[in-house]
Amino acid sequence: MYHEPGYGRPGMAPLRRGPLALAVLVCALAVAGCGAQVKDGGGEGPASGTPGVTADSIKVGILHSLSGTMAISEVSVRDAELLAIEEINRSGGVLGKKIEPVVEDGASDWPTFAEKAQKLISSDNVAATFGGWTSASRKAMLPVFERNKSLLYYPVQYEGLEASPYIFYSGATTNQQIIPGLEYLKEQGKTRVFLLGSDYVFPRTANKEIKAWAKANGMEILGEEYTPLGNTEYSTTINKIKAAKPDAVFNTLNGDSNVAFFKQLKAAAVTPRQLPVLSVSVAEEEVRGIGAAQIAGHPVAWNYYQSTDEPKNAEFVKAYKGKYGADRVTDDPIEAGYVQVQLWAKAVNKAGTTNVEKVKQASKGLTYEAPEGKVTVDGENQHLYKTPRIGVVQPDGLIKEVSTADEPVKPDPYLKTYPWAKGL
Amino acid sequence: MEIFVSQVLAGLGVASVLLLIALGLTFTFGQMNVINMAHGEFIMAGAYTTYVLQGLLGASLVGLSFLISLPVAFMVGGVLGLILERTLIRHLYGRPLDTLLVTWGVGLMLQQLARDVFGAANVQVKTPAWLDGGLTVAGVTMPWNRLFIILLVTAAVVAIWAFVNKLPNGRQMRAVMQNRPLASASGIATGRVDRRTFMIGSGLGGVAGVAITLLGSIGPTLGTSYIIDAFLVVVVGGLGQVRGAVLAAVALGLLNAFVEYASEASIAKALLLVAIVAFLQFRPQGLFVRRTRAVA
Repeated sequence: MYHEPGYGRPGMAPLRRGPLALAVLVCALAVAGCGAQVKDGGGEGPASGTPGVTADSIKVGILHSLSGTMAISEVSVRDAELLAIEEINRSGGVLGKKIEPVVEDGASDWPTFAEKAQKLISSDNVAATFGGWTSASRKAMLPVFERNKSLLYYPVQYEGLEASPYIFYSGATTNQQIIPGLEYLKEQGKTRVFLLGSDYVFPRTANKEIKAWAKANGMEILGEEYTPLGNTEYSTTINKIKAAKPDAVFNTLNGDSNVAFFKQLKAAAVTPRQLPVLSVSVAEEEVRGIGAAQIAGHPVAWNYYQSTDEPKNAEFVKAYKGKYGADRVTDDPIEAGYVQVQLWAKAVNKAGTTNVEKVKQASKGLTYEAPEGKVTVDGENQHLYKTPRIGVVQPDGLIKEVSTADEPVKPDPYLKTYPWAKGL
Repeated sequence: MEIFVSQVLAGLGVASVLLLIALGLTFTFGQMNVINMAHGEFIMAGAYTTYVLQGLLGASLVGLSFLISLPVAFMVGGVLGLILERTLIRHLYGRPLDTLLVTWGVGLMLQQLARDVFGAANVQVKTPAWLDGGLTVAGVTMPWNRLFIILLVTAAVVAIWAFVNKLPNGRQMRAVMQNRPLASASGIATGRVDRRTFMIGSGLGGVAGVAITLLGSIGPTLGTSYIIDAFLVVVVGGLGQVRGAVLAAVALGLLNAFVEYASEASIAKALLLVAIVAFLQFRPQGLFVRRTRAVA
């Protein structure tokens, strides 16, 4: 789905989709201000030697959707990554050189992610890339990074069942977010649950895992409903949920649909006391768009909130708001974006080189005092040890922790340590 | 029975939203044959107008600012439409494919503009207190905001009907759309009529944007989630036919509500498209046909 190195100008890719798409993409590129022209001749191969190192800087890639439907979420992750780079540069940089970010726009389009990833690797010769949000974009980029033996740092919680040797996963995997969420519902006596999700890989895989967990843990799944990404009409879904009479809803909707769902749920006079909706893709940033009044009282599951009481957090929140404005909020993926840049810098300094294999080696067991508390890189699957936290949305739009695990949980993307997960 | 009634209401709720977003297109697409892909962005502009006015008037006057937003958004959408018509579209009459491409590009520019001005993240519009909750009759709840949209769209349809059929401006519009050379020969300034028609159509998009703040997200890409549905309603209803649009919206809304209840949202959406394609095989002109004496 992507084009070979040195292929050329961004506008050329969609020729196969016909002139209409071409014209539209040309407009899109012009509008998005994607002035990044691919230079001819790639430079040295990324796997060999020390990628990204120039005379006085080290280049890294930042690849998020800055336009299109996912821009809503990804722009603030890019902001956090740039903040981390700025902080590292201020305190001396990496290997005595400044980090120089090359920012590209994935445009909420999965083939574009693969294409831009290839451009960052072969044309800009970056030392590592920080990027992606949806599982679809990660799955599109995975073969590019594996083939080029280059590193991707991915900042968002996801459905698990993956562990690429060239990806560092700094968001939660299933056993650090979804399972703690289910355990919380069970503790609250909510054993009859309705599953609602967007119709793509993350919710469908997550719900498969949830159903297996429910079977082994005496939870009854009353219904399972998927709506297309970007769906804005939820009256029928809400009627179906009402008819099934569940104790709680487990919500894996993504993007704008959450706004429509929660607004229409509130309008249908369903309160969080009658029917709590536990979300795994709604963080402080999304609460801002939904409107705190619409979603206050509903629980969410993450590893970090702006209100999280950890030594490094106050400092991080202050720096983020200081750079981007007092009205901005921090949340889990934003924090993960910040943390992953710090982890990479730490690994490079430890390895003394940007060489991919040596950075991977240096990352094994690496720890970092993050805003969410101490995180550790698992040497085997390159995920992070993270602390599961359940929170409840407050009327002021922040999230208050109501249940926090005692210590960081070991990441288990394939759920090998859980007997109920056999056969997934 | 309870489920049947609540699904009929849900279907009517969907229909009213469909109709509201499609009404503007019955002018620009239906009357003028301009495929305006930027119509979704006019809807977005209407939604952001509500947001800005709410910010200006403060949290205590949410109800008032919401009502003021309706005429202001009509003007915002109308002026945007006027600029678009004057600068680009008037050079492209009779070339529907070109207008499609150009207006799509304009739509993307407006999206990026909104992103630069308001930020990429969704913004929040508070619902007026008198639209919170719903009306419960015999165990079936109809949210107030849905009832409000039904009321709004009814008012809009009546106003359009009166304009098109009773006012001289509306009659001129019909004359131009039915036979441009003859209208021109009869002394009607067709250029001015084009401007006015396009402005009204775009303004209705702005009004739809205000109503949509009650239901969904307000972000730069808001329009893209509604634009396709709006075109479907107009095509099924028959070009330039308000009554066709009404009937098509109600039929599609109810069909959607019941198919979705029996299956799921993704399947309902797919089945709806199949039904529309099948329908257009038998009636390519839509439910109603515009009678015209035009030669070409």
